[in-house]
Amino acid sequence: MVFVAEPVARLVEALSKLPGIGPKSAHRLTYHILDSPDEEARALAEAIVALKEKIRLCSTCFNVTDCDPCVICRDSERDSSRVCVVERPSDIVPLERTGKYKGLYHVLHGSISPAQGIGSEQLKVRELLTRLENGAVKEVILATNPNLEGEATAMYLRRVVTSPDIRVSRLARGLPFGAELEYADDMTLSQAIEGRQEF
Amino acid sequence: MGAPRSYQTQALIIGQFKLGEVDKIVTIYTPEFGKLKAVAKGAYRPGSKLGGNVELLTHSLMMLARGRNLDIVTQSQTIDAFTELKGDLWRMACGLYVLELVDSFTVENDEDRPLFDLLLDALRWLSQSDHSEIVLRYFELQVLNYVGYRPELYRCAVCGSPVKPVVNFFSSDRGGVLCPRCGQKDALSSAISVDALKILRLWQSCDYATARRVVLRRGLALELEQVTCQYINYLLQREVKSMAWLHELRRSQMVVDNGRARN
Ligand SMILES: [Zn+2]
Ligand SMILES: [Zn+2]
Repeated sequence: MVFVAEPVARLVEALSKLPGIGPKSAHRLTYHILDSPDEEARALAEAIVALKEKIRLCSTCFNVTDCDPCVICRDSERDSSRVCVVERPSDIVPLERTGKYKGLYHVLHGSISPAQGIGSEQLKVRELLTRLENGAVKEVILATNPNLEGEATAMYLRRVVTSPDIRVSRLARGLPFGAELEYADDMTLSQAIEGRQEF
Repeated sequence: MGAPRSYQTQALIIGQFKLGEVDKIVTIYTPEFGKLKAVAKGAYRPGSKLGGNVELLTHSLMMLARGRNLDIVTQSQTIDAFTELKGDLWRMACGLYVLELVDSFTVENDEDRPLFDLLLDALRWLSQSDHSEIVLRYFELQVLNYVGYRPELYRCAVCGSPVKPVVNFFSSDRGGVLCPRCGQKDALSSAISVDALKILRLWQSCDYATARRVVLRRGLALELEQVTCQYINYLLQREVKSMAWLHELRRSQMVVDNGRARN
Protein backbone atom coordinates (compact mmCIF):
# COMPACT_ATOMS: atom_id res chain seq x y z
CA MET A 1 0.00 0.00 0.00
CA VAL A 2 1.23 3.46 -0.88
CA PHE A 3 1.31 5.85 2.03
CA VAL A 4 -0.24 9.25 1.42
CA ALA A 5 -0.47 11.83 4.19
CA GLU A 6 -4.06 12.47 5.19
CA PRO A 7 -4.17 16.19 4.16
CA VAL A 8 -2.86 15.25 0.71
CA ALA A 9 -5.45 12.50 0.28
CA ARG A 10 -8.16 14.88 1.44
CA LEU A 11 -7.35 17.56 -1.15
CA VAL A 12 -6.91 14.98 -3.92
CA GLU A 13 -10.33 13.63 -3.14
CA ALA A 14 -11.91 17.09 -3.04
CA LEU A 15 -10.31 18.17 -6.31
CA SER A 16 -11.24 15.00 -8.18
CA LYS A 17 -14.90 15.82 -7.59
CA LEU A 18 -14.52 18.85 -9.89
CA PRO A 19 -15.75 18.47 -13.47
CA GLY A 20 -13.07 17.41 -15.94
CA ILE A 21 -10.57 16.52 -13.22
CA GLY A 22 -9.64 12.89 -12.84
CA PRO A 23 -7.53 11.35 -10.04
CA LYS A 24 -4.30 12.00 -11.97
CA SER A 25 -4.92 15.71 -12.45
CA ALA A 26 -6.07 15.96 -8.84
CA HIS A 27 -2.74 14.55 -7.71
CA ARG A 28 -0.82 16.93 -9.94
CA LEU A 29 -2.80 19.95 -8.67
CA THR A 30 -2.40 18.87 -5.06
CA TYR A 31 1.40 18.64 -5.30
CA HIS A 32 1.49 21.89 -7.23
CA ILE A 33 -0.36 23.63 -4.40
CA LEU A 34 1.91 21.96 -1.87
CA ASP A 35 4.95 23.41 -3.67
CA SER A 36 3.50 26.88 -4.09
CA PRO A 37 4.14 29.76 -1.61
CA ASP A 38 1.94 29.83 1.50
CA GLU A 39 0.25 33.09 0.54
CA GLU A 40 -0.81 31.72 -2.86
CA ALA A 41 -2.36 28.63 -1.31
CA ARG A 42 -4.10 30.80 1.30
CA ALA A 43 -5.44 33.16 -1.41
CA LEU A 44 -6.88 30.18 -3.28
CA ALA A 45 -8.57 28.82 -0.16
CA GLU A 46 -9.96 32.25 0.72
CA ALA A 47 -11.25 32.76 -2.82
CA ILE A 48 -13.18 29.51 -2.58
CA VAL A 49 -14.65 30.40 0.82
CA ALA A 50 -15.55 33.93 -0.35
CA LEU A 51 -17.24 32.48 -3.43
CA LYS A 52 -19.65 30.50 -1.30
CA GLU A 53 -20.10 33.17 1.39
CA LYS A 54 -20.53 36.30 -0.70
CA ILE A 55 -22.24 35.00 -3.79
CA ARG A 56 -25.99 34.88 -3.90
CA LEU A 57 -28.68 35.22 -6.52
CA CYS A 58 -29.80 38.59 -7.88
CA SER A 59 -33.38 39.02 -6.71
CA THR A 60 -34.36 40.38 -10.15
CA CYS A 61 -32.63 38.19 -12.73
CA PHE A 62 -31.32 35.31 -10.54
CA ASN A 63 -27.82 35.59 -11.92
CA VAL A 64 -25.07 34.87 -9.38
CA THR A 65 -23.86 38.10 -7.85
CA ASP A 66 -22.12 39.63 -4.84
CA CYS A 67 -24.45 42.65 -4.82
CA ASP A 68 -28.19 42.81 -5.22
CA PRO A 69 -29.39 43.88 -7.78
CA CYS A 70 -26.48 42.55 -9.83
CA VAL A 71 -24.19 44.77 -11.93
CA ILE A 72 -26.18 44.05 -15.08
CA CYS A 73 -29.58 44.81 -13.54
CA ARG A 74 -28.32 48.06 -11.92
CA ASP A 75 -26.59 49.33 -15.10
CA SER A 76 -28.79 52.22 -16.35
CA GLU A 77 -27.07 52.12 -19.76
CA ARG A 78 -28.61 48.76 -20.51
CA ASP A 79 -31.90 48.36 -22.36
CA SER A 80 -34.41 47.33 -19.71
CA SER A 81 -37.16 46.69 -22.27
CA ARG A 82 -35.42 43.44 -23.32
CA VAL A 83 -34.97 40.33 -21.24
CA CYS A 84 -32.91 37.40 -22.47
CA VAL A 85 -33.88 34.11 -20.79
CA VAL A 86 -31.07 31.60 -20.22
CA GLU A 87 -30.84 28.25 -18.46
CA ARG A 88 -27.68 28.80 -16.40
CA PRO A 89 -25.73 31.75 -14.99
CA SER A 90 -22.75 30.51 -17.02
CA ASP A 91 -24.75 31.04 -20.25
CA ILE A 92 -24.58 34.82 -19.70
CA VAL A 93 -20.80 34.92 -20.11
CA PRO A 94 -20.62 33.88 -23.80
CA LEU A 95 -23.59 36.12 -24.67
CA GLU A 96 -21.89 39.10 -23.01
CA ARG A 97 -18.65 38.28 -24.81
CA THR A 98 -20.34 38.82 -28.18
CA GLY A 99 -20.96 42.46 -27.22
CA LYS A 100 -24.13 42.31 -29.35
CA TYR A 101 -26.66 42.34 -26.57
CA LYS A 102 -27.36 45.29 -24.29
CA GLY A 103 -30.55 44.15 -22.58
CA LEU A 104 -31.12 42.35 -19.28
CA TYR A 105 -31.19 38.65 -18.42
CA HIS A 106 -33.29 36.14 -16.56
CA VAL A 107 -31.74 32.89 -15.34
CA LEU A 108 -34.10 29.92 -15.08
CA HIS A 109 -31.63 27.66 -13.25
CA GLY A 110 -32.30 24.65 -15.41
CA SER A 111 -34.53 23.42 -18.18
CA ILE A 112 -37.67 21.36 -18.32
CA SER A 113 -36.79 17.65 -18.05
CA PRO A 114 -39.90 15.60 -17.29
CA ALA A 115 -38.04 12.34 -16.62
CA GLN A 116 -35.90 14.12 -14.00
CA GLY A 117 -39.02 15.55 -12.42
CA ILE A 118 -38.20 19.11 -13.47
CA GLY A 119 -41.20 21.11 -14.58
CA SER A 120 -41.78 24.87 -14.59
CA GLU A 121 -42.26 24.95 -10.83
CA GLN A 122 -38.66 23.86 -10.30
CA LEU A 123 -37.43 26.76 -12.46
CA LYS A 124 -37.59 30.56 -12.05
CA VAL A 125 -40.60 30.75 -14.36
CA ARG A 126 -43.12 32.29 -11.99
CA GLU A 127 -40.47 34.92 -11.14
CA LEU A 128 -40.12 35.72 -14.86
CA LEU A 129 -43.86 36.14 -15.32
CA THR A 130 -44.03 38.41 -12.27
CA ARG A 131 -41.19 40.45 -13.69
CA LEU A 132 -43.10 40.96 -16.94
CA GLU A 133 -46.27 42.15 -15.23
CA ASN A 134 -45.44 45.86 -14.96
CA GLY A 135 -45.32 46.26 -18.75
CA ALA A 136 -41.77 47.66 -18.94
CA VAL A 137 -40.46 44.67 -20.87
CA LYS A 138 -41.29 44.69 -24.59
CA GLU A 139 -39.25 41.73 -25.78
CA VAL A 140 -38.40 38.36 -24.27
CA ILE A 141 -35.54 36.57 -26.02
CA LEU A 142 -35.51 32.84 -25.40
CA ALA A 143 -31.89 31.68 -25.28
CA THR A 144 -32.39 28.20 -23.86
CA ASN A 145 -30.16 25.45 -25.26
CA PRO A 146 -30.90 24.06 -28.74
CA ASN A 147 -31.63 20.57 -27.41
CA LEU A 148 -34.78 18.73 -26.41
CA GLU A 149 -35.05 20.20 -22.90
CA GLY A 150 -34.19 23.70 -24.08
CA GLU A 151 -36.79 23.48 -26.83
CA ALA A 152 -39.43 22.24 -24.39
CA THR A 153 -38.59 25.13 -22.07
CA ALA A 154 -38.80 27.68 -24.90
CA MET A 155 -42.11 26.30 -26.15
CA TYR A 156 -43.50 26.37 -22.64
CA LEU A 157 -42.42 29.98 -22.06
CA ARG A 158 -43.87 30.93 -25.45
CA ARG A 159 -47.17 29.59 -24.21
CA VAL A 160 -47.24 31.27 -20.81
CA VAL A 161 -45.99 34.71 -21.86
CA THR A 162 -49.41 35.75 -23.03
CA SER A 163 -49.26 39.55 -23.08
CA PRO A 164 -49.87 40.86 -26.62
CA ASP A 165 -47.52 43.78 -25.86
CA ILE A 166 -44.50 41.53 -25.44
CA ARG A 167 -42.62 40.24 -28.45
CA VAL A 168 -41.21 36.75 -27.84
CA SER A 169 -38.18 35.77 -29.93
CA ARG A 170 -35.88 32.76 -29.98
CA LEU A 171 -32.18 32.65 -30.74
CA ALA A 172 -31.71 31.56 -34.36
CA ARG A 173 -31.08 27.86 -34.70
CA GLY A 174 -29.32 25.96 -37.40
CA LEU A 175 -25.92 24.72 -38.38
CA PRO A 176 -23.10 25.28 -35.94
CA PHE A 177 -20.03 27.05 -37.30
CA GLY A 178 -17.31 24.60 -38.28
CA ALA A 179 -19.72 21.73 -38.85
CA GLU A 180 -20.25 19.76 -42.03
CA LEU A 181 -23.66 19.53 -43.67
CA GLU A 182 -23.34 15.80 -44.22
CA TYR A 183 -23.23 15.11 -40.50
CA ALA A 184 -25.92 17.48 -39.37
CA ASP A 185 -28.89 15.76 -37.74
CA ASP A 186 -32.38 16.02 -39.25
CA MET A 187 -33.71 18.35 -36.56
CA THR A 188 -30.89 20.86 -37.01
CA LEU A 189 -31.09 20.71 -40.79
CA SER A 190 -34.84 21.19 -40.94
CA GLN A 191 -34.56 24.18 -38.57
CA ALA A 192 -31.74 25.58 -40.66
CA ILE A 193 -33.86 25.32 -43.81
CA GLU A 194 -36.90 26.87 -42.15
CA GLY A 195 -34.80 29.67 -40.68
CA ARG A 196 -32.79 30.45 -43.82
CA GLN A 197 -32.01 34.10 -44.49
CA GLU A 198 -31.41 36.43 -47.43
CA PHE A 199 -27.74 36.32 -48.37
CA MET B 1 -13.34 -16.65 -30.37
CA GLY B 2 -14.48 -13.48 -28.64
CA ALA B 3 -17.61 -11.43 -29.31
CA PRO B 4 -17.24 -8.93 -32.19
CA ARG B 5 -15.71 -5.67 -31.05
CA SER B 6 -18.32 -3.54 -32.70
CA TYR B 7 -21.88 -4.04 -33.80
CA GLN B 8 -24.73 -2.22 -35.49
CA THR B 9 -28.27 -1.95 -34.23
CA GLN B 10 -31.43 0.06 -34.54
CA ALA B 11 -31.99 2.08 -31.39
CA LEU B 12 -34.66 4.20 -29.80
CA ILE B 13 -33.13 6.69 -27.40
CA ILE B 14 -35.24 6.44 -24.26
CA GLY B 15 -33.07 8.09 -21.61
CA GLN B 16 -30.04 10.33 -21.26
CA PHE B 17 -27.86 12.14 -18.81
CA LYS B 18 -24.76 14.25 -18.97
CA LEU B 19 -21.41 12.75 -18.10
CA GLY B 20 -18.76 15.36 -17.35
CA GLU B 21 -18.78 18.43 -19.57
CA VAL B 22 -19.52 17.13 -23.06
CA ASP B 23 -20.23 13.40 -22.91
CA LYS B 24 -23.66 11.86 -22.74
CA ILE B 25 -24.84 8.52 -21.43
CA VAL B 26 -27.80 7.31 -23.44
CA THR B 27 -30.24 4.60 -22.56
CA ILE B 28 -31.34 2.93 -25.77
CA TYR B 29 -33.95 0.33 -26.54
CA THR B 30 -32.90 -2.05 -29.29
CA PRO B 31 -34.68 -4.91 -31.08
CA GLU B 32 -31.89 -7.44 -30.52
CA PHE B 33 -30.59 -6.66 -27.04
CA GLY B 34 -33.43 -4.90 -25.30
CA LYS B 35 -32.34 -2.01 -23.11
CA LEU B 36 -28.70 -0.86 -23.04
CA LYS B 37 -26.69 2.06 -21.73
CA ALA B 38 -23.92 3.50 -23.87
CA VAL B 39 -21.61 6.50 -23.92
CA ALA B 40 -21.90 9.10 -26.68
CA LYS B 41 -18.59 10.91 -26.39
CA GLY B 42 -18.60 14.63 -27.09
CA ALA B 43 -22.34 14.63 -27.82
CA TYR B 44 -22.81 18.00 -26.07
CA ARG B 45 -20.01 19.65 -28.02
CA PRO B 46 -21.39 22.06 -30.67
CA GLY B 47 -20.95 20.53 -34.10
CA SER B 48 -20.65 16.98 -32.74
CA LYS B 49 -21.53 14.35 -35.34
CA LEU B 50 -23.50 12.55 -32.65
CA GLY B 51 -25.34 15.60 -31.22
CA GLY B 52 -28.94 15.50 -32.42
CA ASN B 53 -28.53 11.91 -33.57
CA VAL B 54 -28.40 10.72 -29.96
CA GLU B 55 -31.22 12.94 -28.66
CA LEU B 56 -34.23 11.58 -26.79
CA LEU B 57 -37.19 10.65 -29.00
CA THR B 58 -35.01 9.57 -31.91
CA HIS B 59 -34.98 6.33 -33.87
CA SER B 60 -31.54 5.72 -35.24
CA LEU B 61 -29.14 3.23 -36.69
CA MET B 62 -26.17 3.00 -34.35
CA MET B 63 -22.69 1.60 -34.50
CA LEU B 64 -21.44 0.66 -31.07
CA ALA B 65 -18.05 -0.53 -29.88
CA ARG B 66 -17.71 -2.80 -26.89
CA GLY B 67 -16.32 -0.88 -23.97
CA ARG B 68 -14.95 -2.05 -20.67
CA ASN B 69 -17.96 -0.86 -18.71
CA LEU B 70 -20.38 0.71 -21.12
CA ASP B 71 -20.43 0.32 -24.88
CA ILE B 72 -19.50 3.37 -26.91
CA VAL B 73 -21.63 4.93 -29.63
CA THR B 74 -19.26 5.39 -32.55
CA GLN B 75 -21.85 6.45 -35.14
CA SER B 76 -25.51 7.29 -35.10
CA GLN B 77 -27.62 7.91 -38.15
CA THR B 78 -31.13 9.15 -37.61
CA ILE B 79 -33.88 7.05 -39.17
CA ASP B 80 -36.73 9.11 -37.72
CA ALA B 81 -36.21 12.29 -35.67
CA PHE B 82 -39.92 12.47 -34.79
CA THR B 83 -39.93 16.20 -35.49
CA GLU B 84 -43.72 16.31 -35.04
CA LEU B 85 -43.17 15.19 -31.44
CA LYS B 86 -40.27 17.51 -30.75
CA GLY B 87 -41.99 20.54 -32.24
CA ASP B 88 -45.10 20.37 -30.07
CA LEU B 89 -45.12 20.72 -26.31
CA TRP B 90 -47.94 18.26 -25.62
CA ARG B 91 -46.82 15.62 -28.10
CA MET B 92 -43.27 15.81 -26.83
CA ALA B 93 -44.53 15.34 -23.27
CA CYS B 94 -46.56 12.29 -24.35
CA GLY B 95 -43.51 10.88 -26.15
CA LEU B 96 -41.30 11.36 -23.11
CA TYR B 97 -43.87 9.65 -20.91
CA VAL B 98 -43.94 6.63 -23.22
CA LEU B 99 -40.12 6.44 -23.12
CA GLU B 100 -40.01 6.65 -19.35
CA LEU B 101 -42.63 3.93 -19.05
CA VAL B 102 -40.52 1.52 -21.12
CA ASP B 103 -37.40 2.49 -19.20
CA SER B 104 -39.21 1.89 -15.89
CA PHE B 105 -40.61 -1.53 -16.76
CA THR B 106 -37.53 -3.05 -18.35
CA VAL B 107 -34.12 -4.27 -17.20
CA GLU B 108 -30.93 -4.12 -19.25
CA ASN B 109 -29.98 -6.83 -21.74
CA ASP B 110 -33.39 -8.46 -21.84
CA GLU B 111 -34.35 -8.82 -25.49
CA ASP B 112 -37.99 -8.09 -26.35
CA ARG B 113 -38.56 -7.42 -30.05
CA PRO B 114 -42.36 -6.98 -29.72
CA LEU B 115 -41.85 -4.28 -27.09
CA PHE B 116 -39.41 -2.47 -29.38
CA ASP B 117 -41.99 -2.59 -32.18
CA LEU B 118 -44.74 -1.39 -29.85
CA LEU B 119 -42.65 1.55 -28.66
CA LEU B 120 -41.76 2.54 -32.21
CA ASP B 121 -45.42 2.27 -33.22
CA ALA B 122 -46.54 4.35 -30.23
CA LEU B 123 -44.14 7.16 -31.18
CA ARG B 124 -45.51 7.09 -34.75
CA TRP B 125 -49.11 7.12 -33.52
CA LEU B 126 -48.35 10.07 -31.26
CA SER B 127 -46.74 11.90 -34.19
CA GLN B 128 -49.66 11.39 -36.49
CA SER B 129 -52.78 11.27 -34.38
CA ASP B 130 -54.69 13.79 -32.34
CA HIS B 131 -55.92 11.07 -30.00
CA SER B 132 -52.92 11.21 -27.69
CA GLU B 133 -54.95 10.10 -24.66
CA ILE B 134 -56.03 6.95 -26.47
CA VAL B 135 -52.46 6.25 -27.57
CA LEU B 136 -51.17 6.63 -24.00
CA ARG B 137 -53.78 4.41 -22.37
CA TYR B 138 -53.64 1.79 -25.13
CA PHE B 139 -49.84 1.79 -24.88
CA GLU B 140 -49.94 1.40 -21.09
CA LEU B 141 -52.25 -1.61 -21.32
CA GLN B 142 -50.13 -3.22 -24.02
CA VAL B 143 -46.91 -2.66 -22.05
CA LEU B 144 -48.57 -4.25 -19.02
CA ASN B 145 -49.40 -7.28 -21.21
CA TYR B 146 -45.79 -7.54 -22.39
CA VAL B 147 -44.15 -7.23 -19.01
CA GLY B 148 -46.50 -9.66 -17.28
CA TYR B 149 -48.78 -7.36 -15.29
CA ARG B 150 -51.91 -7.70 -17.40
CA PRO B 151 -54.74 -6.64 -15.07
CA GLU B 152 -57.60 -9.11 -14.56
CA LEU B 153 -60.75 -7.47 -15.93
CA TYR B 154 -63.26 -10.30 -16.22
CA ARG B 155 -63.42 -12.05 -12.85
CA CYS B 156 -63.34 -10.53 -9.39
CA ALA B 157 -59.73 -10.69 -8.26
CA VAL B 158 -60.86 -11.64 -4.72
CA CYS B 159 -63.80 -14.06 -4.97
CA GLY B 160 -63.42 -15.09 -8.61
CA SER B 161 -67.04 -14.44 -9.58
CA PRO B 162 -67.62 -13.09 -13.11
CA VAL B 163 -67.87 -9.30 -13.11
CA LYS B 164 -71.32 -7.93 -14.00
CA PRO B 165 -72.03 -4.72 -15.98
CA VAL B 166 -72.55 -2.54 -12.89
CA VAL B 167 -70.25 -0.10 -11.10
CA ASN B 168 -67.38 -2.29 -9.89
CA PHE B 169 -64.06 -1.54 -8.18
CA PHE B 170 -60.44 -1.60 -9.29
CA SER B 171 -57.72 -2.69 -6.92
CA SER B 172 -54.07 -2.06 -7.79
CA ASP B 173 -52.70 -4.44 -5.19
CA ARG B 174 -55.07 -7.22 -6.31
CA GLY B 175 -54.14 -6.48 -9.91
CA GLY B 176 -57.64 -6.18 -11.30
CA VAL B 177 -61.30 -5.55 -10.94
CA LEU B 178 -63.33 -6.43 -7.82
CA CYS B 179 -67.05 -7.17 -7.65
CA PRO B 180 -69.13 -4.59 -5.70
CA ARG B 181 -69.29 -6.83 -2.61
CA CYS B 182 -65.54 -7.42 -2.41
CA GLY B 183 -64.74 -3.86 -3.54
CA GLN B 184 -66.72 -2.22 -0.75
CA LYS B 185 -64.68 -4.17 1.80
CA ASP B 186 -61.38 -3.08 0.22
CA ALA B 187 -60.63 0.50 1.28
CA LEU B 188 -57.77 0.81 -1.21
CA SER B 189 -59.85 0.01 -4.27
CA SER B 190 -61.76 2.66 -6.19
CA ALA B 191 -64.97 2.55 -8.18
CA ILE B 192 -64.79 1.91 -11.90
CA SER B 193 -67.67 2.66 -14.26
CA VAL B 194 -69.15 0.18 -16.71
CA ASP B 195 -67.89 2.21 -19.69
CA ALA B 196 -64.35 2.49 -18.35
CA LEU B 197 -64.18 -1.26 -17.73
CA LYS B 198 -65.50 -1.98 -21.23
CA ILE B 199 -62.85 0.23 -22.83
CA LEU B 200 -60.02 -1.26 -20.76
CA ARG B 201 -61.12 -4.76 -21.79
CA LEU B 202 -61.20 -3.72 -25.44
CA TRP B 203 -57.81 -1.97 -25.39
CA GLN B 204 -56.22 -4.84 -23.54
CA SER B 205 -56.74 -7.15 -26.50
CA CYS B 206 -57.48 -5.21 -29.70
CA ASP B 207 -55.14 -3.68 -32.29
CA TYR B 208 -54.51 0.07 -32.45
CA ALA B 209 -56.73 0.62 -35.50
CA THR B 210 -59.66 -0.63 -33.42
CA ALA B 211 -58.52 1.11 -30.22
CA ARG B 212 -58.43 4.57 -31.77
CA ARG B 213 -62.06 4.39 -32.93
CA VAL B 214 -63.23 4.80 -29.34
CA VAL B 215 -64.80 8.20 -28.70
CA LEU B 216 -63.77 9.44 -25.26
CA ARG B 217 -65.72 11.93 -23.19
CA ARG B 218 -63.51 14.11 -20.99
CA GLY B 219 -64.73 12.50 -17.75
CA LEU B 220 -64.20 9.00 -19.04
CA ALA B 221 -60.69 9.85 -20.28
CA LEU B 222 -59.78 11.09 -16.80
CA GLU B 223 -61.25 8.02 -15.13
CA LEU B 224 -59.23 5.71 -17.39
CA GLU B 225 -56.07 7.70 -16.72
CA GLN B 226 -56.64 7.43 -12.99
CA VAL B 227 -57.10 3.67 -13.09
CA THR B 228 -54.06 2.89 -15.24
CA CYS B 229 -51.76 5.41 -13.58
CA GLN B 230 -52.64 4.27 -10.07
CA TYR B 231 -51.97 0.70 -11.09
CA ILE B 232 -48.65 1.60 -12.76
CA ASN B 233 -47.50 3.67 -9.78
CA TYR B 234 -48.38 0.76 -7.52
CA LEU B 235 -46.39 -1.71 -9.64
CA LEU B 236 -43.34 0.57 -9.84
CA GLN B 237 -43.69 1.67 -6.20
CA ARG B 238 -43.15 5.24 -7.36
CA GLU B 239 -44.64 7.80 -9.71
CA VAL B 240 -43.71 8.02 -13.37
CA LYS B 241 -42.11 11.45 -13.27
CA SER B 242 -43.09 12.49 -16.79
CA MET B 243 -46.75 12.15 -15.82
CA ALA B 244 -46.42 15.20 -13.57
CA TRP B 245 -45.31 17.23 -16.59
CA LEU B 246 -48.36 16.08 -18.60
CA HIS B 247 -50.56 17.23 -15.72
CA GLU B 248 -48.76 20.55 -15.48
CA LEU B 249 -49.20 21.16 -19.21
CA ARG B 250 -52.86 20.38 -18.96
CA ARG B 251 -53.22 22.92 -16.12
CA SER B 252 -51.26 25.62 -17.96
CA GLN B 253 -53.36 25.06 -21.08
CA MET B 254 -56.48 25.63 -18.99
CA VAL B 255 -54.99 28.86 -17.61
CA VAL B 256 -54.16 30.07 -21.12
CA ASP B 257 -57.60 29.07 -22.42
CA ASN B 258 -59.34 30.84 -19.54
CA GLY B 259 -57.23 33.92 -20.16
CA ARG B 260 -58.31 33.98 -23.80
CA ALA B 261 -61.94 33.49 -22.85
CA ARG B 262 -61.77 36.53 -20.55
CA ASN B 263 -60.17 38.84 -23.11
ZN1 LIG C 1 -29.69 40.87 -11.89
ZN1 LIG D 1 -65.72 -10.52 -5.45
